[in-house]
Amino acid sequence: MSSTSALVTEAPVDKRGSSIIGRGNKDGNRLFREWYQELTTAPERKEHSAYVFVMGSLAEILRSFDIHTIFPEINGLQQAVRHVADDDIGRAEDYGFSADVCGYVKADVGLQLRGGEHPMGKIPPPSLSVYTNACNTYIKWAEIWERMYHVPTYTVDIPGTRAAGRLTWPGHVDFENDRNYVAGQINEVIKLCEQVSGRKFDIDRLREAMAHTNTMSRKWKRLIELNKSSPAVYNAVTDGTVFLGMMNGYRGRPEGAKYFTDLVEEMEYKAANGIGTPFEEKYRLAFVGVPCYPIFRRFSEMFTEWGGSFVGSSYLWFASGGANLGYEYDLDHPLESLAEGLLITVRDSMDSMFFSDKSLVDMIEPYGIDGVVYHPIKSCRTVSTGLADNRRAVMEATDVATLFVESDHMDKRVVSEAQLKNRVDAFFEGLATRRQRLTSTGAPTGRA
Amino acid sequence: MTYAAGVDVGSTQTKAVIIDEDLQIVGRALVSTGSNVTVAAETAYEMALKQGNIHEEEEGVGFIVGTGYGRYKVTFGDAQTTEISCHGRGAVHMFPGTRTVVDMGGQDTKAIKVSPTGEILDFFMNDKCAAGTGRFLGAAAMALDLPLDELGPTALLSSRPVKITTTCTVFADGEILSLIGKGKKVEDVLLGVHHSVVSRSIGLLSRVGIEREVTFTGGVACNVGMVSVLNQELGFEVNVSEDSHYMGAVGAALFAMDRIVAGRSPARRSEVRV
Repeated sequence: MSSTSALVTEAPVDKRGSSIIGRGNKDGNRLFREWYQELTTAPERKEHSAYVFVMGSLAEILRSFDIHTIFPEINGLQQAVRHVADDDIGRAEDYGFSADVCGYVKADVGLQLRGGEHPMGKIPPPSLSVYTNACNTYIKWAEIWERMYHVPTYTVDIPGTRAAGRLTWPGHVDFENDRNYVAGQINEVIKLCEQVSGRKFDIDRLREAMAHTNTMSRKWKRLIELNKSSPAVYNAVTDGTVFLGMMNGYRGRPEGAKYFTDLVEEMEYKAANGIGTPFEEKYRLAFVGVPCYPIFRRFSEMFTEWGGSFVGSSYLWFASGGANLGYEYDLDHPLESLAEGLLITVRDSMDSMFFSDKSLVDMIEPYGIDGVVYHPIKSCRTVSTGLADNRRAVMEATDVATLFVESDHMDKRVVSEAQLKNRVDAFFEGLATRRQRLTSTGAPTGRA
Repeated sequence: MTYAAGVDVGSTQTKAVIIDEDLQIVGRALVSTGSNVTVAAETAYEMALKQGNIHEEEEGVGFIVGTGYGRYKVTFGDAQTTEISCHGRGAVHMFPGTRTVVDMGGQDTKAIKVSPTGEILDFFMNDKCAAGTGRFLGAAAMALDLPLDELGPTALLSSRPVKITTTCTVFADGEILSLIGKGKKVEDVLLGVHHSVVSRSIGLLSRVGIEREVTFTGGVACNVGMVSVLNQELGFEVNVSEDSHYMGAVGAALFAMDRIVAGRSPARRSEVRV
């Protein structure tokens, strides 16, 4: 994964700082390559792989059976960043998929049609697929693998929030009913894994994986909070994508727990020493949606060249599978707690897509946000529908500036760099004028 | 006398405006952008200087701001500002009561919400598609073999607009010719085309919120038919300046004058020009 973070900043760093600043991206990139290498060689070792998704991967159960997790969404974004997505999308369209179908799906179909050869390694075929209903496309996507590979697929149906702001919690009758419903499905997933792997379920191995996830979730929550620092200690869009890859790929693994422990140490050091990202932070921004991967670096530069720093992102909420809540499993009651955790975190993932306006409003002040950037994408209605209303709600609740730019996360045909830049430039011109006005009237102007 | 200049390099036409310290337009010029954007910008600028009878060697153009899609190709300029900011600034300068701007150019349409000081509060633009822009009118003109400046007056001869169902510029000529083939009158079809474009622009305006006064800028504002249909659809009259076509360049020139007044201008143009 690429990142704009640099190892060196202009702020003075001591010996400890020199050894840890930049470690998160460096280790993340290394571990990511190792992860893909593991996947590439898995068939040689006769190991099973499951195709899963970022919102509710059930990685802990799969780990307990030594089944690898493969994330087609992560494969897809890598295909876009590494400029092979166009060919794969075209191949899928030639195969019969409509131009309106999700770019991730088509990039994956294209990849499967040419035998899984991916820029990061070779993607093995699945032995099964397990996923939730957090994205409606997940279900249809898995049906493609079902037909292609004749493997079992399992949809874990997670009851989401019935209406904005109407959440139920443990102890409430509705919640307990939902928990039992999810727990029953988890038992079925376990049986399926036993059939596929030929192994008996080992609850201690599940507990072990859950303990690692607990560490990762705790650190993820802390990581998000740390960007209240000024300057921001990481770019929530570019660096955040590296972190998301690690959060998903290494979920439930000791390497993941260590990675996020080290990462938080790095970011705490940077926060304590006033060290930010390698450009002068003038404006603090929140990002809503999925990044524009076909021009990932350039997309980021459109903001950083104006001093725009992404301090927060709804992507870090939903694409982490709700890890932003810092939910920790009760290891004394692993199965019940797994159901509870899945229910709460996947529900939060969905809410971070559909009802994020309140969360965004809540972050404006503590994070010193100057502007919110909405990036709906053409090929994903799940994350994009309602963003215009979301924006309106945020603008009514706060006087924060907003930008609404549409492109795509995968399909370069619907990404127009010049038009994007024009809108981004105008947004920053407005921010500059606004700051000038606030300065002249003595009003607070944010932190930068 | 110190002057400031704005050069607006649009997709089809390039406009240059020179203003004096009293913020009055003293020179203006418009040329086709063509394939060499820098040459178009230079030509328009030189023509505006000539029209204003300004001799750079003797009188200083203290600052030049480039705007429009080709703003970074205004190689002799001192700074660049987007046309969104420039149209907002220009519209408030011309009509101080402006709170909403609709700018319709060759390939894009912008809805801009502005503060009384010209600050851009919000904006929306058409997406990659050219539907609802001047290009749609251009397609109609080509299909009907009419000069652009006759579109509006011809459309206003009609009282029974034909509903145009396509919003796609590529398919516009096909539908127009098909309607003519069915015996529809040219003026009725054209009025329908105007309604179609206005309907798209009102969609954009609604997204920023339509607050009076509304000022209509850009080349399409020169079309009397568009102004008439927009007034009709909005239910009130929009502001239209005789210089609506130049509004982006006017805004750019005003930003340039700000820089001069703020004392941040570089040396005289003649000294920094290479």
